[in-house]
Amino acid sequence: MLYNQPSPLETRVLSRRFGLPDSASLDTYLATEGYRAFMKAAAMKPDEIVNEVKASNLRGRGGAGFPTGMKWSFVPRTSPKPKYIVVNADESEPGTCKDRVLIENDPHQLIEGVLIAGLAVDSHTGYIYVRGEYRYLIEILDKAIAEAYAKGWLGKNIQGTGFDFDLYTHTGAGAYECGEESALLESLEGKRGIPRIRPPFPAVAGAFQCPTVLNNVETYCAVPAILRDGGAAFAALGIPKAGGTKMTCLTGNLNKPGVYELRLGFPVMRMIEEVGGGIPGGRKLKAVVPGGSSCPVLTAAECEGATMDYDSMAARKTMLGSGGVIVMDDQTCMVKAALRIMRFYAHESCVWCIPCREGTTWLKKILTRFHEGGGRRSDIDLIGDIARNMLGRTFCPLGDAAAMPTIAFVEKFREEFEDHLDGKPCPYEHAEHMVMA
Amino acid sequence: MTFSPQLEARFEKLLKSYPAGRQRSALVPMLLYAQDEVGAVTDELIDEVAARVGVTALQVNEVLSYYSMLRRKPLGKYHVQVCTNISCLLNDGDKLWEHACKKLGIGHKEATADGQISLEEVECMGACAWGPAIQVNYDFHHFVTPDKLDEILDGLKDKP
Repeated sequence: MLYNQPSPLETRVLSRRFGLPDSASLDTYLATEGYRAFMKAAAMKPDEIVNEVKASNLRGRGGAGFPTGMKWSFVPRTSPKPKYIVVNADESEPGTCKDRVLIENDPHQLIEGVLIAGLAVDSHTGYIYVRGEYRYLIEILDKAIAEAYAKGWLGKNIQGTGFDFDLYTHTGAGAYECGEESALLESLEGKRGIPRIRPPFPAVAGAFQCPTVLNNVETYCAVPAILRDGGAAFAALGIPKAGGTKMTCLTGNLNKPGVYELRLGFPVMRMIEEVGGGIPGGRKLKAVVPGGSSCPVLTAAECEGATMDYDSMAARKTMLGSGGVIVMDDQTCMVKAALRIMRFYAHESCVWCIPCREGTTWLKKILTRFHEGGGRRSDIDLIGDIARNMLGRTFCPLGDAAAMPTIAFVEKFREEFEDHLDGKPCPYEHAEHMVMA
Repeated sequence: MTFSPQLEARFEKLLKSYPAGRQRSALVPMLLYAQDEVGAVTDELIDEVAARVGVTALQVNEVLSYYSMLRRKPLGKYHVQVCTNISCLLNDGDKLWEHACKKLGIGHKEATADGQISLEEVECMGACAWGPAIQVNYDFHHFVTPDKLDEILDGLKDKP
């Protein structure tokens, strides 16, 4: 089902079937050009498929933004080992709820994207790793997979092409870190989701130590459109060097929150005002986290002139990330926001590397003390200091994900931290919600 | 241990999903699906799953402590999970959590005396655009107000 009304400002490529009757069914999929891209790809050489994806300028939609075609080209196709296609559906970056909508409304689009990746790298087995909380999506996927097997879109000799492919769902059991690719692979192998030391990268030694393509749900979902309409057409929807649309989650203080498919390069202020319906109650915009909680926050002033794409965000020292936009109005306490985000990372740290384990724990303690009115002036610099000492010093990006937003909160909203000094109560909280340390 | 035919079928399918010699991959899914039926990852369940996937009970213990959804002790029949992470927080998810605790007189990872309802303050559940959100077992509820929460909790009191 759809949880929000579509916006006329959307460019619906991946979401084109959303809202159709029984949009998750194979019949609806086939009636709307479904699996046509697979048939086209089955008649192409693997290199031609990879080149089409390269031409689309598709970049990974899970957060890192790595060029997808290039990632696929790293897989040693002639390796005698089996190759695997793994789907990252461990969506858990706070602010992000797009993969859920893609799977729920159009599971066959994901299956078709996986099949095309299989053709491109000579893989015959795929796994969809779904976060444990999304049990209903596993049911939807299992149903779609069963339907595809029954009608010859999965299994042996798919539609007479001579191509075999088996696809399975695999449930996680609650761990943000398993969204990181090497941790996900450990988890898929029945272990703790501790990240692997890289290189080797998954393209060479991934699932079961075999060559593996591992992408986010949204990345695979873009592939059928790229093969069907051509890489150039997809590229033209975006900006130079980054093609297509982005499933964008508008969350936080908005009149019309929801998941909307917007062209890369969509202006941030227009997105907030016109797509998201602006901020409720006539309040003003204070800040925006553009791509999930690990991305540094932008002030309202920085949002002026910014566009939703990799370059514009990089120029503002933040990231497009997963497309989880978190909008904060002028009643938001930034100390409280920084604290809640740090509580999350402290909870999710696997405590394997020390800078992440100690850093998130101490930052949580200091931010808690601060928000409860027990902060010291020297703590403001201490917060930034601890966070900067985590950067680049951990095996997986979780340490950076915790440090980067914290540094931005302190640097850009230092006066709000100062407002909490000398035992003053939080200016944004009513007294009954305060618990003194 | 005996399980329902549905769970046995699920186990059988899982064990066939991975390459030969890689049946350990089925470990976490089997524990979670079994927990849904048994109520918790008991000592007996650990031994059973360990034998089925070909690892030791110690290896199962080592793995299960990493995953936040796996639990060694049962919680309520209806496990109510309230998200207070940033997007839900901006829509008063924290106040919703406090409301739930007050109403039931229990706290984080505690169950009512009759074992019917338990509470947990959880991290992001992927409902960010429709917050504040809660999950009752695996069912999502979006845009939950305190009144709506009261209604949901009242409906769970005598639910079979």
